[in-house]
Amino acid sequence: MQKTKNPMPMQDPIVRQNNFSEVALGYTWEEALREAERCLQCKHKPCVTSCPVNVSIPEFIQAILDKDINKAAEIIYETNCFPSICGRVCPQEVQCEKTCVMGIRNEPVAIGRLERFVGDLAQVKSTITPVAKGKVAIVGSGPAGLACAYDCAKAGLDVTVFEAWHDVGGVLRYGIPEFRLPKKIVDREIDTLRDLHVKFEVNTVIGKTLSCDDLFDMGFDAMFIGTGAGLPKFLGIKNEGAVGVLSANEFLTRVNFMKANQKGYDTPILQGKDVVVIGGGNVAMDSARCARRLGYKTTIVYRRAMEQLPARHEEIEHAIEEGIEFSILHNPVEFLKDDQGRVSGVVVDQMVLSDVDEWGRRGVVSANKPLKTIKADTVIVAIGTSPNPIITRCTADLKTQRNGTLVVDESLQTTISHIYAGGDAVTGAATVIEALGAGKKAAASIIADLST
Amino acid sequence: MAKILSKEYLHPTIVLMDIASERIAKKAQAGHFIMLRVDDQGERFPLTIADKDIQANSIRIIFQTIGRSTRKLAEMNVGDDILDVVGPLGSPIELPDIQRVAVVGGGVGCAIAYPFAKSQFEMGRHVDFIAGFRSKELIFLEKDMRKVSTTLTMTTDDGSYGRQGFVTEVLIELIESASIDAIVAIGPLPMMKAVSDVSRPYGIKTIVSLNPIMIDGTGMCGGCRVTVDGKVKFACVDGPEFDGHQVDFDELIVRNRSYREIEAHQCRLDEEVAHAKD
Repeated sequence: MQKTKNPMPMQDPIVRQNNFSEVALGYTWEEALREAERCLQCKHKPCVTSCPVNVSIPEFIQAILDKDINKAAEIIYETNCFPSICGRVCPQEVQCEKTCVMGIRNEPVAIGRLERFVGDLAQVKSTITPVAKGKVAIVGSGPAGLACAYDCAKAGLDVTVFEAWHDVGGVLRYGIPEFRLPKKIVDREIDTLRDLHVKFEVNTVIGKTLSCDDLFDMGFDAMFIGTGAGLPKFLGIKNEGAVGVLSANEFLTRVNFMKANQKGYDTPILQGKDVVVIGGGNVAMDSARCARRLGYKTTIVYRRAMEQLPARHEEIEHAIEEGIEFSILHNPVEFLKDDQGRVSGVVVDQMVLSDVDEWGRRGVVSANKPLKTIKADTVIVAIGTSPNPIITRCTADLKTQRNGTLVVDESLQTTISHIYAGGDAVTGAATVIEALGAGKKAAASIIADLST
Repeated sequence: MAKILSKEYLHPTIVLMDIASERIAKKAQAGHFIMLRVDDQGERFPLTIADKDIQANSIRIIFQTIGRSTRKLAEMNVGDDILDVVGPLGSPIELPDIQRVAVVGGGVGCAIAYPFAKSQFEMGRHVDFIAGFRSKELIFLEKDMRKVSTTLTMTTDDGSYGRQGFVTEVLIELIESASIDAIVAIGPLPMMKAVSDVSRPYGIKTIVSLNPIMIDGTGMCGGCRVTVDGKVKFACVDGPEFDGHQVDFDELIVRNRSYREIEAHQCRLDEEVAHAKD
């Protein structure tokens, strides 16, 4: 039995530093079959339990072995309508692959790579089975909204997705870069929804352009709020208002969404040499790797150690391969700026690891060493986001927790009847797959609500 | 897509447009703004809604052609569709329980001060409108401003029309001679800063309308963040109107220059291309 995963074919790090094309190229049939053979087909299936949407993993892997790609896809689609996306962006190492029995003594089965293989190759024709009747408004076209739209549409509901931006996909569109999730994959999933007669209305901010009451007046019977956690957090330290200090959202939006780096596009991007990215999650890795591709010398500043980086392992490995430096156990305490008001450096306090904190991660305390300065003419702050406040501020009866997340019951219904919510708007910043799971769960509630 | 219903040059660099949007017209209030993207390669940029016509299902914008995007927009004509228009965004200006308000407009900011003055005037409040321009040929909307104000004082920096001098000089006289409950200042940042400095010693509530750099206009990018009373606020969702006495203008003035060099470069390129075509 092969002890290690079949390696993923990749673009060479030296080459890919200069382009935005996808890094991981995907398995061939031969590689997929070899990897599928590694699955032990355990009876107790711990991988399924540790998948947030409980994909029937051994079964779809068996279908690959049977060379029945469409059957493999059908099995995945029962619980996850976006395998091409999840196969690419899920943190498998803390989900399905974490509990893979093969992984106890060897490397786990590369479940994510196989899922992507199936998603990319299969031609699944989604069909509508009418079990409910009515009109559903989905607010926000990110992963939660799309998943909810998919299940509602399949159940025969008349679904319209409202999006504030001029293009749909939410974080899949503006946030996750092309080299990690090609936009043609997102387009394909959106097309699947259009095939199910889902309508999309862009440039529409629910709470502003239309209120929740307007939607009910327009004949919608139920709503799903999947407005995500879009509001960027800042550190609150000195000189954070300096020119050149920007949120990861702003930086990624300029590059991924507005194509600021491409010739002919009007959106500007700051020019510079030294980028510091603050944070250690996937968004920090995405920002750093985008900055690298724009030709910057890029350093990630993180206050814990390498082992605590919350990003997907693969992204960290790729970032290192691409020449991104890691300045770990460094806690930013102040920004420096030049006489033009542009940021010129990040002053950091050196830290040491301490006890495990309330989130189960190692905490850090100051090492009481002299402060250090890291040179920077651009600083990207990637320390997290909070829920977007627009819809809650504009809808009086929609109750939130103190941190701005929406209050929902077991069925994901908010404090207003027939309005459901899920994804980051409810949980705070989390993963794509958790948002998908919430979208599906809310869809089930909506379908029950509107069942005929 | 939103169709341009009418277009008028108020001045060679100031354009008025009425844009069809039933939904935005229904919801727009003084102080709201929209985000626009002219074409597929365009950037997203904010413009304040200058007026609305619910019968015609249209909103009005008045803008100065200062960069590539506003020039692109100015080149569009009646009947053309603007690719993306979204709004109304931001929070409307709210001034409860006041009798008399001074509305101070500076340059193209008068286009935004105007609908606010109008809303106050229509509520039966005493409106002292002070409108400042650099010189006579830059003046626009004078008739409209006069219609929605109890008093209107026009100033020009060079004295070519109305009173010579800055709006702040008129404002000080007004504050000294009358009982002003609130001031709303809309114009270039240095002007709004000066107005706030003038009114601060009198303790008169002063609202300013900020125009920072924005991409989405819905709280997502944080590009529009401003420091207000020592706290980070997002102009798009927390504003764009703020208490002028608490805004860190100096920081915002520098931040608003972030992309100036790049934009100047783009505009020079545009001009070179235009010349080459000639």
